[in-house]
Order: sequence, then C-alpha cells, then structure tokens
Amino acid sequence: MKRGASVFNRVVMALVFLFLYAPIFLLIIFSFNAGNSNMVWKGFSLHWYGQLFHNRLIMQSVYTTLLVSFLATLIATVAGTFAAIGFYAMRRRWRSPLMTINNIPMMNADIVTGVSLCLLFVAFFGLWENFAVWFNSFGLFRLPTHLSMGFGTMLIAHVTFNIPYVILSIGPKLRQMDKNLIDAAQDLGCTWMQAFWKVVLPEIKPGVISGALTAFTMSIDDFVISYFTAGSSASTLAVTIYGMTKRRVNPQINAVSTLLFVAVLLLLAAVNIREARQERMAAQRQS
Amino acid sequence: MKRKLSLFAIPYVIWMAIFVVAPVILVVLYAFSSKHGFTLDNFARMGTYAVVFGRSFKLALIATVVCLAIGYPVSCMMSREGPRFQRIAMVLIMLPMWMNFLLRTYSWMAILENNGLLNQLFQKIGLIDLWNQLFGTNLTFFPMMNTQGAVVLGMVYNYLPFMILPIYSVIIKLDPSLLEAARDLGADSVNVFRRVILPLSLPGVLSGVTMVFVPSVSTFAISTMLGGGTRILLGDLIEQQFTGGAYNPYLGAAIALVMMVIVVLCMWVMNHFGEGEEQAVML
Repeated sequence: MKRGASVFNRVVMALVFLFLYAPIFLLIIFSFNAGNSNMVWKGFSLHWYGQLFHNRLIMQSVYTTLLVSFLATLIATVAGTFAAIGFYAMRRRWRSPLMTINNIPMMNADIVTGVSLCLLFVAFFGLWENFAVWFNSFGLFRLPTHLSMGFGTMLIAHVTFNIPYVILSIGPKLRQMDKNLIDAAQDLGCTWMQAFWKVVLPEIKPGVISGALTAFTMSIDDFVISYFTAGSSASTLAVTIYGMTKRRVNPQINAVSTLLFVAVLLLLAAVNIREARQERMAAQRQS
Repeated sequence: MKRKLSLFAIPYVIWMAIFVVAPVILVVLYAFSSKHGFTLDNFARMGTYAVVFGRSFKLALIATVVCLAIGYPVSCMMSREGPRFQRIAMVLIMLPMWMNFLLRTYSWMAILENNGLLNQLFQKIGLIDLWNQLFGTNLTFFPMMNTQGAVVLGMVYNYLPFMILPIYSVIIKLDPSLLEAARDLGADSVNVFRRVILPLSLPGVLSGVTMVFVPSVSTFAISTMLGGGTRILLGDLIEQQFTGGAYNPYLGAAIALVMMVIVVLCMWVMNHFGEGEEQAVML
C-alpha cells in the first residue's frame, strides 16, 4: 500500500518536472539546430552561437543586465543592511508604519511599481527642465535641460525593489540576536560603530548573504519594471528579447537561453554542493 | 545606546519617501486628473473596459486554481520524500525561476504553434485523425496558439513554483507528532488531512495564492506572446497607455490605481485568514 502510493507520487512529480523542463530543453536542443526554425530539425550546428557573439544588441543587453543587477544588488545590500538595523533599533510605534511602506514594492504588482516610477521620473524631468532653463538664464554655467530615462533610472528602480527583500531576510536574524551583545561590546570598550562592525555584522551575515542572493535573482529576473523605467537608451536582455519575439523567431534567443541555463545550473550546483559539504562537516564535528 | 542605531534607517526612510511613497501619490494624482485638471472621467471611462477586467480576473483565477490543484499535492508528496530527494527537488523547482520568464514563455510559442511541436506530435500519433473521425471535423492541426487557454497555460507554467514553494515550506515545518496524535486519537487519513494538515498549511496556501494571482492578473507579456494580443488583459491595457500609440498616462494611472486597490484588498483578506505568512512570503 505504502509502496504503491510512493510510486504514484514519483510519477506525478516526474510529470510536473517534465512540464517545467520540457520547454527549456526544447530551447536548448533547437539552439543547436542548423535551420532557422524552432519547429523543424535540420541537423546539428553551432551557427547560432557564432551569430550570437556577433550580435551587438544582445551582447550589449547581456552586459547591461549583469551590470544593473550587480550594482543594484551591491547598493541594495549595503543600504538594506543599515536600514534593517535601523528599523530593528526603532520604537515599535515608528517601525510598524515604516515596515508597511517597505512592503509596498513587494506587494504591488510589478506593472504598478514600474508605471508609478515611470510617472515619477517623467514628472521629475519636467520639473528639472523648468529649473534648468531658469538656472541657465543666470549664465553661471549650463545645466542640461533635457533629461530622459536610461540606465540611471533603471538602476534606481532596481535598488528600490531590491531593498525590501534584503531587509526582510536580515530582520529575523536581528531578532534572533541576543540583545545584550551590543551592550556587552560597549561595556568592554567598543564605540557603537565598533559594536556594529565587530558584533552585529558577523551575527547577521547569513541574512545579508541570502538577502543579496534574493536581490540579485530579482534583478536578473525582472522584466516589467525595467521595461517601464529603462527608456529607449538602455535595455536589459529581457527587454531586448521581448522586442525580438514581437517580430519573428530568432534562434539566437535559444543560444542565449542555453548559455544562461548552463550558467545558472553551474552556480546552483556549486552553492548546493558547498552547503551539503558544510552540513556534513558540521555533522562530523558534532559526532 | 541601541536607539542610536536607529539613525541607520534615516537614508532609507528618505529613499522610501521619494521612490516608494511619492510614486504612489503620483499615481493617485494622475488617476484623478486629465491635462486640464481634476476629473473623474478616467474612472467613468473604465466601464468600457469592463470586458478586459472580467477577462483578466477570469484567466488569473483559473490559473491560480490550476496552480493550487497541482501545487498542493506536489508539495505534500515532496515533503514525504527523503532529505536528499527534497533538496534536489527544491533546486529543480527554483532553477527555472532563474531563467527569465520571457525565455520560457518564448519556448511555448514554438510548442503551441499551428505547425508546432505539439501539433506535430499529435499528427504522428494519429490524434488529429482520430479527432476528425470522432467529431466529423476536418482539422489539420489543433488551434492552440493565440487562445485564452494558451495564456492560462503560460501563467500556470511561469507561476507554479510560486505556489509550490510557500506551501512546501509550511508543510515541511508541520510537527509530525501532531499527525501521530491525530491518528492515535482515532482520526482516519481523510480527517487527519482535513482537520490538521489543511488548517495548518493554510498560511502557505494563502501566500501561494497571492503570489500567483497578483502577477497573473497584471501580466502583459504572456498575453501578448501567447494570446496573440487581440484579446487584451489589464496589463496590456496599462502598457498601451504608457508606451503604445494611445499614450494616456492619466487613464493608465487610474487602471493602475484600481489594480493597487485590488491587491491591497487581497492582502487584507489574506491577513484576516491567517497569520505568520511573513516567513512564507520570503520564499
């Protein structure tokens, strides 16, 4: 009875995984297709990979994606760590409303976040133009009058939606921390800055790392918010692909997907093997 | 002394004021104005889009229910496997999330196309001929692309991990002794599930439902790619107001505001049902 149920479970799970992975494997297979189609197999070739590396648009957007994700993760992790500590030290009366505001970007649909930031940037550029014209009339030095959305606005948007995830993953670690640690450090002669660097930061390190990972994932995976805040001058891979799929099938997309998939697979495998090894070592130490 | 640390939050509070609060206020302002000043016209015009609202909700609801119907049993099954299996299964479920959803949706285009891979398969195994004989039709392919079914499929495919992960993380934390106690006290397996497992896993279910429903109801890329872009959804409608030829940020903001209110209502309902979804949201 138990045995039969278990086989049934395995079959169901296999079907779900087939559903999740079949489209990805098809992309990978057809990236090696000699023909210009995602439906008809015309023999093995690396043609599309060669094409991909000569495609300036795609390479540029891969670079933009990595750069914006990396910068946004870095800024969001640092800012989020400080903010989380600040929130933790605050009185509840202040903390609760601030945490609610902090949750807004996570709660809202991506499109609403993207559109609202887009409105903000456009409104600001309008005000800026008035200000710059007024300022330039003094003739001290010239400010640019016309600003438009681009890499900078996209980076701001990414930082904005990343910070809440960092705070959310650091918060529990702070609450687990022994409250007397900070006082003890200060009694032993630390300044409060030293107490932060030497005591608080090492305690919450796992939370900081997982927050940074979440932020990076969110940035890499984002399409909607980038789409509304990047303007026409900068474009992430997702935005580029969206533009391409509107026109026609392009096997270079398959090639880029395959490379991405392999990169992610290697990364996750490395992380998991490391975690498993650490757990084994911890288990050995205990026994 | 601890209070001094709260100064660390000041830069982020300022950041939030500019980039979180101000945009929301702007959306509200835009929603209630036109080029000429205050107006309620944007909301009055929304009646014409009732069909779009209805369609979006219908498709998102179907996708959520399907995700729940697949995700809940799968989470339960996963939690009964060995730790090694669970670890690998978790990685396998999260892995597709790291590939951009546009790429995964793009792949479905080739599968569902009229002369696509699925139709080729149906042709090979004679399913299409069988269908024609049974129903007296004269099909050379099953039309799957550019249908609402394809859009729902795309939603389920993309957001299924968002359903599985929170439910799984709640079920795995269930205390096994609770289940034993229930059995010892005479509950059969149906009752153990209905009275113990289900109520305790509710926070995970609620957070999964939100995490599938909210992106589904607001998507625009999936419906453009798999739905053919003729029967638009709410997301498409907003997108058109901001980037398309019909540039009208006022109307777009009004629709975005309605969506925001819907999300807040969803959250409010969810908060009333179960506590402790904070940690489930994390995943």
